[in-house]
Amino acid sequence: MANANPTIEQRPFGATMRPDAWWAQPLLVFVLLGGFVVYSTWAAWQGKNYHWGPYLSPFYSPEIFGNSPHSLFGPKPGWWPAWLPFSPALLVLWVPGLFRVTCYYYRGAYYKSFWADPPSCAVGEPRKTYLGESSFPLILQNVHRYFLYLALIFLGFLAHDVWNALWFTDAATGRATFGIGVGTLILTANVVLLAGYTFGCHSLRHLVGGFLDAPSKAPLCQKAYQCAGCFNRRHMLWAWMSLFSVMFSDIYVRLCATGVWTDWRII
Amino acid sequence: MKQATFSIWRGDAAGGKFQDYETDVEEGMVVLDAVHQIQATQANDLACRWNCKAGKCGSCSAEINGIPRLMCMTRLNALPLEKPVTIEPMKAFPLVRDLVTDVSWNFAVKKRIKKFKPRPPDAPDGSWRMAQDDIDRVQEFRKCIECFLCQDVCHVLRDHHKHEEFIGPRFLVYVAALEMHPLDTEDRLAELKEAHGVGFCNITKCCTTVCPENITITDNAIIPLKERVVDEFYDPLKSLWKFLRPKKY
Repeated sequence: MANANPTIEQRPFGATMRPDAWWAQPLLVFVLLGGFVVYSTWAAWQGKNYHWGPYLSPFYSPEIFGNSPHSLFGPKPGWWPAWLPFSPALLVLWVPGLFRVTCYYYRGAYYKSFWADPPSCAVGEPRKTYLGESSFPLILQNVHRYFLYLALIFLGFLAHDVWNALWFTDAATGRATFGIGVGTLILTANVVLLAGYTFGCHSLRHLVGGFLDAPSKAPLCQKAYQCAGCFNRRHMLWAWMSLFSVMFSDIYVRLCATGVWTDWRII
Repeated sequence: MKQATFSIWRGDAAGGKFQDYETDVEEGMVVLDAVHQIQATQANDLACRWNCKAGKCGSCSAEINGIPRLMCMTRLNALPLEKPVTIEPMKAFPLVRDLVTDVSWNFAVKKRIKKFKPRPPDAPDGSWRMAQDDIDRVQEFRKCIECFLCQDVCHVLRDHHKHEEFIGPRFLVYVAALEMHPLDTEDRLAELKEAHGVGFCNITKCCTTVCPENITITDNAIIPLKERVVDEFYDPLKSLWKFLRPKKY
């Protein structure tokens, strides 16, 4: 093999000849992603104020066990350990959480922002050793497609929540009537953005047709591959917009539930 | 006439330093023009590799203001000329002299990759039939001019010197062009996982950012290859599916 040892020494952490603000983007990602993790952890542990009227916070959907009318299997089960705090979100939030953690876009983003590996392109790194995703623990990122399967199921639940958000129960008569509130629009926008993010997933693009060398021989796969490719081209944008929308949806439902905000009924 | 300062790396494998050169700059000039002007008027012994001056030969790769770029495609009006413009050789390869590096490691890597192995011809005249849609995907990868800027910016090679274990983005693109080719029947997945080290890529997309041909290296080549490796080695459901429905040729 030809000599491959660079003769110029590796620059220390943060050293670069780049005169631009190379640190700005990783810092922004650190603040935004870090902020989201802090907020979602706080919201998940609350276990209250996650539903109002026909609305259910996406952090708590699907509500497997819980006290709201949205609960699939009734209240907190008797077998739940007494020493373990209960919140319906803890049963489900790991699915979208790990879907994002193992997402190809987020991986690249948080390796830079949280692990400085590298801090930015052509900028010196803090450590000499490197294993990448070829060995434990990061080899586990290969499980991404399984979280995709679960995320697709969750998308169905969230779409069902939007359907539920169209039916407002009259407190006096107990009858559910069709209506649209600002919350309905927020939850709808959230599902659309989450769908845009999920349908552009690199794993999905591969599984629906990217694995083929001659997709023209399977027209349905070819169409699905092209469709996933359309979403994939803006995957980063979908990722961020859906991250904000899911957090904003929770904040909106929480504000309504606590009485800080009054939902405006459009229809 | 407007003047600008260029801080150029001068030296060889034994050592060196940045040296400042002040030269005239005019509208329309690229960095390679300035380097040639300095070479002609102030530093006749300045070593610099170049050829087409049109962004197609991939010879004049260097680091301009710390970012791997082609000198012939970097216009001076896109740089902040009020400060010295730094020009250095690529960092991922051994330095020969000044701005010239020894990129022969790349050619050795290419030889290690399994060659194109087409299926038997489709027609008696020895020709094949392919759908344009099927070949479109790999056409993107064939735009590569082998400037090796992606190899240079890749931190796995640049900072961690994994040259023995990782083939780098350029050759992952090359493997993708072969592996996704509708006629190719060769299986390179075992090599991709082990000898080619696709798992070392942590998808930071620096290679895509610096590619002068705008090849979507990470999204269209490396990630699909990673997914194929997952199919083959890490996905139990896919293995079961393959066992039940073996691939037909």
